[in-house]
Amino acid sequence: MSILTETPIDLVPGPSSDRSEGQLLEVSMGPQHPSTHGVFRMDVTLDGEKVVKLKPVFGYLHRNHEKIAETESYLGCMPYTDRLDYICSITNNWAYALAVEKLAGIQVPERAEYLRIITGELTRLQNHAGLVGFLMQDMGASGTPLMYAFREREKVLDLFEALTGARMMCNYMRFGGCRVDVPANWLQQAQKVIDGFPQFLDEFENLLTSNEILMARTQGVGVVTREQAINAGISGPMARASGVNYDLRKVDKYGIYDRFSFRVPLGEHGDVYDRYMLRALEMRESIEILKQAMRDLPAGPIMDPNTKIRGFRPKAGEAYGRIEGPKGELGFYLISDGTASPYRYRVRPPSLINLTLLEDMCLGQNVADIVIILGSVDIVLGEVDR
Amino acid sequence: MNLEEIKSEIEANVPGCRLEIIPNGSPSGQHSLLIDADHAFAVSSYLRDATNRQFDYCSNVTGIDWPIKEISTKVKTKKIVDGMEKDVDEVVKTQTGGYLEAVYHLFSVEQRQGPLVLRMRTEDRTERVHLPSLTPLWRSAEYQEREIFDLFGIVFDGHPDLRRLLMWEGFEDHPMRRDYVDPDDYEYEPTAHDEVLKRAQAHQAAEGGL
Repeated sequence: MSILTETPIDLVPGPSSDRSEGQLLEVSMGPQHPSTHGVFRMDVTLDGEKVVKLKPVFGYLHRNHEKIAETESYLGCMPYTDRLDYICSITNNWAYALAVEKLAGIQVPERAEYLRIITGELTRLQNHAGLVGFLMQDMGASGTPLMYAFREREKVLDLFEALTGARMMCNYMRFGGCRVDVPANWLQQAQKVIDGFPQFLDEFENLLTSNEILMARTQGVGVVTREQAINAGISGPMARASGVNYDLRKVDKYGIYDRFSFRVPLGEHGDVYDRYMLRALEMRESIEILKQAMRDLPAGPIMDPNTKIRGFRPKAGEAYGRIEGPKGELGFYLISDGTASPYRYRVRPPSLINLTLLEDMCLGQNVADIVIILGSVDIVLGEVDR
Repeated sequence: MNLEEIKSEIEANVPGCRLEIIPNGSPSGQHSLLIDADHAFAVSSYLRDATNRQFDYCSNVTGIDWPIKEISTKVKTKKIVDGMEKDVDEVVKTQTGGYLEAVYHLFSVEQRQGPLVLRMRTEDRTERVHLPSLTPLWRSAEYQEREIFDLFGIVFDGHPDLRRLLMWEGFEDHPMRRDYVDPDDYEYEPTAHDEVLKRAQAHQAAEGGL
């Protein structure tokens, strides 16, 4: 079986070639490479240390998620969305629930909206903390930053476990609300985690933000301009690091995000450092949102009483619902033909589309920079390959 | 955002294009615009570049398979049977589908508008499955069009690098088609029975026995 996807570059230049110093080297990075964050492979062609060509190879984790979901009921798809981006299962649930709610015109009770925001922003916190930790690991800062980040992430995952019964496969939301209400004492525990988080961020940023090695490795590396980012459909923190002022929490104001005051950090340079910095700043804004949501959380039902989630058959039609996931714009496009399972179920994966510019970012960089550029994109292969 | 307005605006600016508004029955109200393949590129570049529209962000690109489907509807007609006029139920059969569809969800970052849903249809599902690629306009379509080519089998003319994305090279079918059948995996079939057992036995006999 040929794994080369196109005619390989002639590795030994012939006598007519004007290359005087040395040969090109073709390297297959991945799929088991520790820096590829999963089973992802890149065919890299190197001229010495410099990258002259890079082609990503997808599909190692492909299980045709969309086809399987089209044989499931609308409710049955919900736990399956957890498996897309397994770091942020709750925001996956949210995006799918939002699409179904648009498809069938369902209203969500107030308390459920607040719970969605609380769990969703906690998801963003643990995703960004983990990502920054992994980025440092990729950069060669073995252990310490990653373990600091994972210590905090684990506190959030403990909250998820107390609320939903699972650390990562939360299956928390339903179209029309949430699955369970918070258990006793959960809010106090969550408040403690949220109040403790800025201290961790201070400590973390103290260690990293003005770290000379980090700045030397990341500034000016993997630059994406604003125009490039919009044209290539880059979304989420990666787009905002390039100065694209497009945060769906502000643009679409889905759920009840219009009630919260928070700022959208924007980068200037669009390099790896800006992407790191943007995540650090976004975590602080998430904490602001969380504080407001915890303060205003009303009492009331958590499920829309008119929605029958079992045997759910929406009218024929279609809807595209999208949210600002921690990795970017996560969208679900659903077509109903009036039966109990979706006729078409499409996931708009931010991880895959954010990789569109991977080659452009890596060209001319050193081979060691590929690792941190890929790390700064923030991908999860469960979502890339679906 | 008024779809009727956009339609007449495009018709005024792209001569000869054939547009049709496809209504959407769901409460989401996201109606879509069906554009003909010949003018799709011109229409899309108008939408991207017109200063009052600026659909600069192509978010989601996907395919849909619509196999031929027969819909029978009962129509009451009056017929003269044995000299008497009677109400007779007559079944009228109509065919829908029989094409592949590519759907683009466009947004405007500058003007914070969207989604504008564009649809293109192929002529059939087997031979004439070519559509123009919109990747030269929006690079975000690059991997997504490759995915549609891979899983649905729409060929995008003008795509810079049209290869399979998720399935491996050499794979032949298109798994997201509605009529796709999984190939039998005889080596890993743990409890072959009935039809599968028969096929497995025939396969093993052809291979020269276990």
